[in-house]
Amino acid sequence: MKSPATVSGPVVTRVSGPIVQARGMEAARMYEVVHVGEGGLAGEVVKLDAGRATIQVYEDTTLLAPGAPVQLSGMPLSVLLGPGLIGNIYDGIQRPLPGIAAQSGAWIRRGEKVPALDMSRRWSFVPKLAAGAEVTGGTIIGTVAETPVVEHRIMIPPDISGRLLSVVPAGEYTLEDPVAVVETPAGERTITMLQRWPVRVPRPVSERLRITEPLVTGQRIIDALFPIGKGGTAAIPGGFGTGKTITQHQLAKWSDADIIVYIGCGERGNEMTEVLREFPAILDPRSGRPLMDRTILIANTSNMPVAAREVSIYTGITLAEYYRDQGRSVAVFADSTSRWAEALRELAARLEEMPAEEGFPATLPTRLAQFYERAGSVATLSGERGAISIVGAVSPPGGDFSEPVTQHTQRFIRCFWALDTELANARHYPSIHWLRSYSGYAEDVAEWWERHAPDWSTLRAEALEILQREDRLQQIVKLVGPDVLPDSQRLILFIADMLKDGFLTQNAFDENDMFCTPVRQTALLRLIIGLYRRALTLIQSGAPLLRIQQLPAVPDLVRAKSVYGNDAVEGIERLKQELARQLEALAAEFKK
Amino acid sequence: MPEPTHKIQDRGLQYAGASRIDGPLFVVERVRDVGYDEVAEIVDDQGRVRTGRVLDVSDRHVVLQVLEGTTGLSNRNTRTRFLGESFRLPVSLNMLGRVFDGLGRPLDGGPEPLSADRRDINGLPINPFSRRYPREFIQTGLSAIDGMNALVRGQKLPIFSGNGLPHDRVAAQIVRQARLLDNKEEFSIIFAAMGVKHDVAQFFIRNFEDSGVLSRVVLFLSLADAPSVERLLTPRMALTYAEHLAFDCGRHVLVLLTDMTNYCESLREIGTARGEIPGRKGYPGYLYSDLASLYERAGRIESAAGSITQVPILTMPSDDISHPVPDLTGYITEGQIVLDRDLTHRGIYPPIAGLPSLSRLMKDGVGKGYTRDDHPALASQLFACYARVKRVRGLADVVGAEELGALDKLYLAFGEAFERRFLNQGEQENRDIATTLDLGWEMLSLLPRDELHRVREALIEEHYGKTVAGAAAASGGKD
Repeated sequence: MKSPATVSGPVVTRVSGPIVQARGMEAARMYEVVHVGEGGLAGEVVKLDAGRATIQVYEDTTLLAPGAPVQLSGMPLSVLLGPGLIGNIYDGIQRPLPGIAAQSGAWIRRGEKVPALDMSRRWSFVPKLAAGAEVTGGTIIGTVAETPVVEHRIMIPPDISGRLLSVVPAGEYTLEDPVAVVETPAGERTITMLQRWPVRVPRPVSERLRITEPLVTGQRIIDALFPIGKGGTAAIPGGFGTGKTITQHQLAKWSDADIIVYIGCGERGNEMTEVLREFPAILDPRSGRPLMDRTILIANTSNMPVAAREVSIYTGITLAEYYRDQGRSVAVFADSTSRWAEALRELAARLEEMPAEEGFPATLPTRLAQFYERAGSVATLSGERGAISIVGAVSPPGGDFSEPVTQHTQRFIRCFWALDTELANARHYPSIHWLRSYSGYAEDVAEWWERHAPDWSTLRAEALEILQREDRLQQIVKLVGPDVLPDSQRLILFIADMLKDGFLTQNAFDENDMFCTPVRQTALLRLIIGLYRRALTLIQSGAPLLRIQQLPAVPDLVRAKSVYGNDAVEGIERLKQELARQLEALAAEFKK
Repeated sequence: MPEPTHKIQDRGLQYAGASRIDGPLFVVERVRDVGYDEVAEIVDDQGRVRTGRVLDVSDRHVVLQVLEGTTGLSNRNTRTRFLGESFRLPVSLNMLGRVFDGLGRPLDGGPEPLSADRRDINGLPINPFSRRYPREFIQTGLSAIDGMNALVRGQKLPIFSGNGLPHDRVAAQIVRQARLLDNKEEFSIIFAAMGVKHDVAQFFIRNFEDSGVLSRVVLFLSLADAPSVERLLTPRMALTYAEHLAFDCGRHVLVLLTDMTNYCESLREIGTARGEIPGRKGYPGYLYSDLASLYERAGRIESAAGSITQVPILTMPSDDISHPVPDLTGYITEGQIVLDRDLTHRGIYPPIAGLPSLSRLMKDGVGKGYTRDDHPALASQLFACYARVKRVRGLADVVGAEELGALDKLYLAFGEAFERRFLNQGEQENRDIATTLDLGWEMLSLLPRDELHRVREALIEEHYGKTVAGAAAASGGKD
């Protein structure tokens, strides 16, 4: 700590938690990265006023004093992009946590500096183009087998186009070794396997496409009732204890995306540890490889600095865009966007900005929109099809969905999976409430589903209708009890219960049940809806509901989801035939 | 950590006077070389030394928070000296068995703890990559916790209570009975009191004495009559010492923090005094991050044998679980044990509410290889059945219990038995996990076996109706 007089150049003038002010910052630009103090704490310029800059610092500022020097980097906050991202775990500003652990042990100290990617590692590069080819931003010039399931495509950076002068032969190269030279109007440019991109700027695409394909998540209530498309956006709001994180983990495990980016933003440390320990051990049902081979983790837990939490969302989405540009389908899970919004609020308060609703800055809706709009199904610069789907958890205070973050999020997403405290209390998981949730993608993805199951749309509509009617009937039941209802209405209650126990609940820890293929999903739904249809006609012809409920096959319907796994769908078919046999026997009794 | 007063003379500059004093805030002008979060000593004209902490520093002035309160300070009668470091606590193993105040000064008449190892009380964030995932089941001997909301070593599991509910007794019983299944090693206990009354502190001390654990306990007491800003440091002192015991000395530490609501109120007081923009109910917008900086100090790491298990206690103002303090706590901690006024009125102890209580880490610490194969499914089934009990009771309130169907009546009987026999137990009653699980099956056996959707057939076969009382009830209940 030196006195102001002894330091020339920019110096700190004020420190208030993560917000630092400095003078002598005439040369600084907005959102430029700076290093503050002797320890070189990383920060970002967020306000400029006649040479006085306000800096948000990503690290703890304890003992930072006015008079400390500030160094400009000349660069906006950027991430490094290249082979080696997959399987890694980063903090909010892309410092690899394993590298920090190797350097300083179990605790994250201040001023840690570890490069995001291993610059000494050699990757096996295979060229795809030869010298002489015309290239533009996004053109794929070669590939690297990043993991056994991810073929990393080396692209020309978005701002370069011209003619390939040379490409290196197949071989082992480090990230910084030149792999190609491009002749551009502005001169020759050397291409490496490494790119740098500012996190707050979306990477360009050539065109946005209509969403036609579902992101199959293996979770029945989502895929069958409230599907999300590849390139879509969804929010999972829920009070504490409703299972947001478990739902997010389930989606990250089983979604049929090529790449998963999981952003733990202001949440628990143990949850990230759980992902880290679990994902390498779970095999992807499609590739048979560990889930970690397609996953990137960003962990800025609740006790890590708040400014880095604000950035972590952008870091995550930029990595996702990079893989999307290679023609991949990427799914981004952000847990939780409320903690991110709170980071915005905390920083805005320290900047003494005028607050809007509940202390959140007035820019909250814009910031949310900017984030969710980086999702989409696109044609990449090189003409491939890529997609980013975003699923954001929302943690409304007191579980009250009328608060600003939930409200504004709803404006920018099309899929809303509302978690319900009462369902969670009854350990009905996932506790997604069927009446309060919706999906704007059901129409878009119906065609895809109907190629696999022609009756998908009718099954879905019928299930939703039964659940809706049950809710209305429950109002009556609450007043007078179920016994006064006619059998046709009690059938609704009965089938709704069966849908809940036998279809909507899904045990994340049951081998057979944790992941459900589209085929098995429709088989299970068809089983229950089939019972409903037949039972309805039986009741109309005079059979009492009690007799239907007592059919020996009925309890098996509820257990079918955990008894018959994804490779035993024919068991469900057998059960369906057995049920049909018993129903027909009953029908014979009541034939008029 | 305040230094002994004699050191004052050998440190740098002293600043005379204060330009502004407002509540606990104390502003000094034209200060040089002072860092954020630095500790200062403020001496008044009586020679009394107080401790201050830098909240905001600029090239013009420094805003300090005075921990002992500003009573008697004036604009002119003070001298302030900055100590060049943030708050530190000397740590050593021989502090076990001692009693300290909220700032780590001895209250038991013993000497100041001497140690060259002085730790920054803010700690450092644990690298998520270096954490070890908590998995070892802690048997508390309370069925409501062990059976339904199991605690594991390294977890943070708060007790959400209300005024007048027996949270202190429940916490004391957990401390007395907590142990690992296959390990005789006992917990070291750290007790941090923030703004609690003398008799509550006495209750815990007496309990620790009676159960003979006092030599393994360290107390940090910032009682109700201590200046409220002191409470902001008390849990940090306690957790700093806990980290030393767990990660340097390899001990397993159980940390009790009570009452977190008082802590949050102190935070609100400081926020208001600083003129900050308030969030919900006047609490500062950074309440979540601040609480996380405490709760996230629980856990285990790969490189050390010890662990920190946290049981924070908080009282929900007007029993409102959506109040910011329990709400934000619930978002950070790994579950919550909720105490219920209704159960207390009906004489059920521990009055642990069946449905809103939750242990998020239970799934990883029970079942095969940890407790017993049937544990997870049993707990899930008990929750599902008890949820149905709540619905049936609602219906019975409207139509009368006599009007209920036969099955619903069984559920009522199950609910009553579950509360009276499973939840309810004596304050000295220490049930082992097998007893708890068998009791759970006995309860389920009051219901027809077709109702048990969440349990696999094989488990039903093995456990359903196996106890004498259960079998009788089950056969009686079939029709």
